[in-house]
Amino acid sequence: MGLITTIETAALIEVEEGTKIMSPNIIVTSLDKIINWGRRSSLWPMTFGLACCAIEMMATYASHNDLDRMGIIPRGSPRQSDFMFIAGTVTKKMSQVVRRVYDQMPEPRYVISVGSCADSGGIFNTYSTVQGCDSFLPVDVYIPGCPPRPEAFIDGIIKLQEKIKAEQFHWSRWR
Amino acid sequence: MEALLIAEKLKERFPEEVLDIKEFRGQVSVTLKKEKIIDILRFLHDDPDLFFDYLVDVCGADYLGKKEKRFEVVYHLYSIKHRHALRIKAEVAGDNPSIDSVVAIWAGANWHEREAYDMFGIVFSGHPDLRRILLPEDWEGYPLRKDYPLQGPEKEWPGFLDVLDRAKKYREFEWHG
Repeated sequence: MGLITTIETAALIEVEEGTKIMSPNIIVTSLDKIINWGRRSSLWPMTFGLACCAIEMMATYASHNDLDRMGIIPRGSPRQSDFMFIAGTVTKKMSQVVRRVYDQMPEPRYVISVGSCADSGGIFNTYSTVQGCDSFLPVDVYIPGCPPRPEAFIDGIIKLQEKIKAEQFHWSRWR
Repeated sequence: MEALLIAEKLKERFPEEVLDIKEFRGQVSVTLKKEKIIDILRFLHDDPDLFFDYLVDVCGADYLGKKEKRFEVVYHLYSIKHRHALRIKAEVAGDNPSIDSVVAIWAGANWHEREAYDMFGIVFSGHPDLRRILLPEDWEGYPLRKDYPLQGPEKEWPGFLDVLDRAKKYREFEWHG
């Protein structure tokens, strides 16, 4: 009769650097780690397809590569987005729109430049093309390729996740 | 109807206007003076034996230093009923290039003529809405002209300078944590 209680030792088991488990439902870690984990695990991209890279971007979103499993769901509105793919040739006329969409995104926000054209202008060293979208945007990750394969897109996203994972004190403007 | 026969018929009808008839790999081109282009294309469109009801394409061409009259406006015509095709070229001189618009005959010429205006600066008189179609409206110069520098003129387009300015101005508000 009576309850059988076990006395748990309050030992902290370290599962990775800076993260310890006390019992099945208690995890001890730093705020940085928990925020960065949440932030990098549900990156919602702003869809900004400009040229042929957009076709590869669509292929990456589609079921064969399935970005949903990484928590990535493309959004049609900059207000709901965490990062933006600049997928394709940025013309000078379009640069105004790209910049406006970027300015509408809430912080923290990231930019992935996709393909040779967005990275550097590519083969289009001409009057109408911006020679690299980093001239007017803060780019976090560059994906090379013309156009890059879906695997390259996924690699670029993983690079961005690694970058977010390494952030410190990136919580709010006022801390 | 054979395209060469059509060209002969055209020459019979407008002997003063037709400058040259050329055949290359089964495609016939007729070079014309530009003055009566409306009458000639109206004839090609309306004549029951020719009946060119489909304007495939209108484009410009620049022959800087290669021809006496610098520009050409090229019309590709096709008859869906008779299944024959013809290419019409109209010579346009280099200073203040202009030619009559054919929007009244084929409404589809509207955007093609706007593009030729955008890229070559050829004015299509009588066009209902002759504005730039691809480039920004305050763009200076006509990029497909042979004397236009490939990487653009020295003076940058002000719209892009605005974007660069804004990017510079907003950099201090970027949040780096």
